[in-house]
Amino acid sequence: MFLSLYAPKLRKKAIIMVKKKALSKDSKLAELIAGDRRLLQLLPRFGIALGFGDRNVEEVCRTNNVSTELFLTICKIYTNNDYKPNQAEIKNIDLGGLLPYLKASHQYYLDERFPHLEEHFQRIIKASGAKYGPMLSHFYDEYKQEVVRHIKYYEEEVVFPYIEELRKGQRSNTYEINEFRHNHTNIQDVLDDMMNILLKYLPGDILPKERIEISLDIMELSDDLNRHSVIEDHILIPYVESLENALP
Amino acid sequence: MRNRVIICEASEIIANGLAEIIDSMAQCDVVARIETPEHLGEKITNSDANLVIIDPTLLGFHYKDFLLQLGKEHPNLIVIAIVTSCLDHAVLSPYNGFIEINDTRSKIISKINEFVQTEATKKDDVELSNREIDVLVAVAKGMMNKEIADLMNISIHTVISHRKNITRKTGIKSVSGLTVYALLNNLIDENDLIH
Repeated sequence: MFLSLYAPKLRKKAIIMVKKKALSKDSKLAELIAGDRRLLQLLPRFGIALGFGDRNVEEVCRTNNVSTELFLTICKIYTNNDYKPNQAEIKNIDLGGLLPYLKASHQYYLDERFPHLEEHFQRIIKASGAKYGPMLSHFYDEYKQEVVRHIKYYEEEVVFPYIEELRKGQRSNTYEINEFRHNHTNIQDVLDDMMNILLKYLPGDILPKERIEISLDIMELSDDLNRHSVIEDHILIPYVESLENALP
Repeated sequence: MRNRVIICEASEIIANGLAEIIDSMAQCDVVARIETPEHLGEKITNSDANLVIIDPTLLGFHYKDFLLQLGKEHPNLIVIAIVTSCLDHAVLSPYNGFIEINDTRSKIISKINEFVQTEATKKDDVELSNREIDVLVAVAKGMMNKEIADLMNISIHTVISHRKNITRKTGIKSVSGLTVYALLNNLIDENDLIH
């Protein structure tokens, strides 16, 4: 009686411990990915090539010119829902690779995820006919504008160049990173709207299979974007603030 | 709104006792009393009842299907069980609540009030009020908060609080999303939109 009650609990605990221990520079990259498939999408953003065999995180990072600490911190954000890196942890990370990582993520959203969503959505627009099609199309265009405005114009053309400048020891008087805080909620909001419209409000007979598929994609993208926001809010912004403060 | 109550109970002693207590409540009227649930649906429609108190033992083995069907036909109906014997509480889960044979008068009254209240707030949570629909339509047509306030003769603050409630109830935040919602629910038509 005692054993049958407690044995499963012990086993579960043991697995969690293995998982936590596994997120270190000595663990094999392939095993980390087997433990959490979301880590797979991080590889191209870091420029880590496939074919890494049985090498551990440190070896793979060194070969690909990636900071091991940065890689592990971002892995932790993707595997642990409540984790937010604190100031002390960031201090010891070489953040030179952060901007390239963020840019690669943005590129991935713009060039792969959003066009993929659009493909699905266009089919739904088409199937919605003359009555609902045009307004869905309008809704999608607005959403796309929001995404492009946010990622391309705001981040790539304002924020990132500003940070590059800071890194070179220069400073423009017109901008402060504080303005960037909480700027990324809009994309999430519209994704939520899209889910609600697809699942709750569009008549049930319009491409139900397609709508389920696109909804699963949206959930995955939402999760990805949430963690991306954690990186921007809890690594990028404190990092840039420290750059700002270091200037005279 | 007054609650219109049907009592479905085979025992005359229990039915009479319940009817007496319920009729004594300010917000409740007993509109019908039946001994078996066979014509319950019909009775609800005819007497425009919104609350049924029923003995679960009358429903037999297929009680879940029966209650599910009843809920579908009468979406706003509150169904309360009157428990007169030893009963597995799992059987009571499909009901909005239950009262027990040895509950005191005041307990029965407070329970019924509570069940009616929770149902009312639940309903309030999803349905837009007429005022909110007016604001939603204006938003969907592309009007700004200030314009809506002037049009409806209310303060901007009130417009914003309506918009918050609209978002809470529909789950939709963006203006373009609200426009889609308004169109899908036939609150506006294509011609209302400024392109």
